[in-house]
Amino acid sequence: MSCWQTIQDYGLRSLGIGERLLPRSDFTLCDQVVLIGSGMIWNVYFGALALAMGFFLATALALGKASAHPAMRKPAEWFIFVFRGSPLFIQFFFAYELFVILPDAGLSIPLGVVTVTAGTDMLTKAALGALIVLFFNTAAYSGEIFYGALRSIPKGDVEAADAYGMSGWMKFRRIVWPTMLRLAWPSYTNEAIFLFHATTLVFFSGFPAWRQKGDALYYASYFADKTFNPFVPYPILAGYFIVLTLLVIGLFGLVNRRLNRHLPVETRRRIRYRPQFIR
Amino acid sequence: MFSFCSDPSVLPDWQWFACYLTTGKHMGFYASFGTVLLLLAITAPVAMAFGFAGAMAARSHFPPLGLLGKGYIAMVRGVPDIAFFLFVPIALDQALEWLRHKTLCPDWTAPIRQGNDFVVCAQAKLPLSSSPQSVHDAYSFALAVVAFSVVFGAFAGNVLVGAMRAVPHGQLETAEAYGMTRAQVFRRILVPQMWVYALPGLSNLWMILIKATPLLFILGITDIVYWARELGGMKTGAFAYPHGDWRLWYFLGLLVFYLAFTKLSEVVFERLMLRLTHGQATMGGEAQRKAPA
Repeated sequence: MSCWQTIQDYGLRSLGIGERLLPRSDFTLCDQVVLIGSGMIWNVYFGALALAMGFFLATALALGKASAHPAMRKPAEWFIFVFRGSPLFIQFFFAYELFVILPDAGLSIPLGVVTVTAGTDMLTKAALGALIVLFFNTAAYSGEIFYGALRSIPKGDVEAADAYGMSGWMKFRRIVWPTMLRLAWPSYTNEAIFLFHATTLVFFSGFPAWRQKGDALYYASYFADKTFNPFVPYPILAGYFIVLTLLVIGLFGLVNRRLNRHLPVETRRRIRYRPQFIR
Repeated sequence: MFSFCSDPSVLPDWQWFACYLTTGKHMGFYASFGTVLLLLAITAPVAMAFGFAGAMAARSHFPPLGLLGKGYIAMVRGVPDIAFFLFVPIALDQALEWLRHKTLCPDWTAPIRQGNDFVVCAQAKLPLSSSPQSVHDAYSFALAVVAFSVVFGAFAGNVLVGAMRAVPHGQLETAEAYGMTRAQVFRRILVPQMWVYALPGLSNLWMILIKATPLLFILGITDIVYWARELGGMKTGAFAYPHGDWRLWYFLGLLVFYLAFTKLSEVVFERLMLRLTHGQATMGGEAQRKAPA
């Protein structure tokens, strides 16, 4: 079987498109590269969506934690504490059991004249359930990063905004928020990288890989179990993740350049990759 | 456990729970918290040693060693740690068996990798198939400890290299001006001063290590996650203590355990940092000086 044929059969296997049975014997290098690469679709899906949604919740959490009002501060503090203080692995298990217990019939949410029935069976699938956990988790970690940045916004910047007569939303939108992002961006980049790495946990933690539709690590460990040779699939996986990490660094570097575009070149802070956050 | 536990089906609620929570299996569950603590107690110092060696190698002026050290501390940056947890134990196991095979059965001619199998002679098996279950358990736990130490050694290496760079350069230059050799500067000046800079990173690392301990489950160790799934699953009337699906509550218990553990560590590290910064010429020390007595 040619490699092109393998790509056609297994290129989208992680989504359930293509050959139904995974290769069982005579694993070629091409099989492994294609199938593990196919699994990367899930890693990118989880990482990108959780990051995109988590960004907004993180901003809200940071503002909440910095708020003077206890009714805003306490929930944000507890949210951040619970999700940063416990292992993501346990969070996955806990969430899965919670979603399984929810009534199968779906929750009926009355919205005035119409009643929305939210199906809860989707929640037990990794595609939605694990995404929610990752979303909350990254929101908590980034919320803490943003909160730290919020507190180190130079006093003079805010005073200058006041002097120009800005207040409320306009001050936040034009001064506080961009400065917060600029200060937080290097750490936020690290958080994004670790979020992508954390996505490999999904199919090892309660959420079943339905019809063997799994992520890259799921397929890598499948090959390692079948061939009893870990020296091929794991380096392939490592290669994919190094490429993904470099892409994330590149993309976030572009945003970083935009956030710092008003500063003279030599004072711009470059993103220094320092792994600090992991779950 | 208690004398009234002989027939659980007729007990009132609180006695039922007292008996249920003290069954032999639950004792195994409680003991597995000890496994987690043991893992932490062994891994933390070993990972520090790995990290220190990695950081020293990365600073080496001998290129192959320097490259090796830099490669080691960089390896956790791009690749998920879980991949290493899956890779290291099996790779190490095969490497050890291969070595033993070469030394113990030199006249064996069949290839070791036969298709999808990894075949070594019976004497080279690790642990020997005749050894008791406890040896098998200890061996797989040891492999897990090595995997954790390798990964966290790389993280610690990152922190320590950063801390070594943070020591003011003037200090090192002064030592050189006094005629100290490179080794002396390292031992007498650099290492004693770097700890203040390393502590925030190391405390962060400790938190990370705590939160990585449930991954023991992936390595096939009977740890707290294993027991939570085992005990929490639905028990039919065939069991002495039938109950529904209680896994949610068991995992809630684990969640609370980890929250308490990380909170406790945070408090301890805050105290430690307070003591270390006392009298230091840093912002933290300055704040302590200015604080009303």
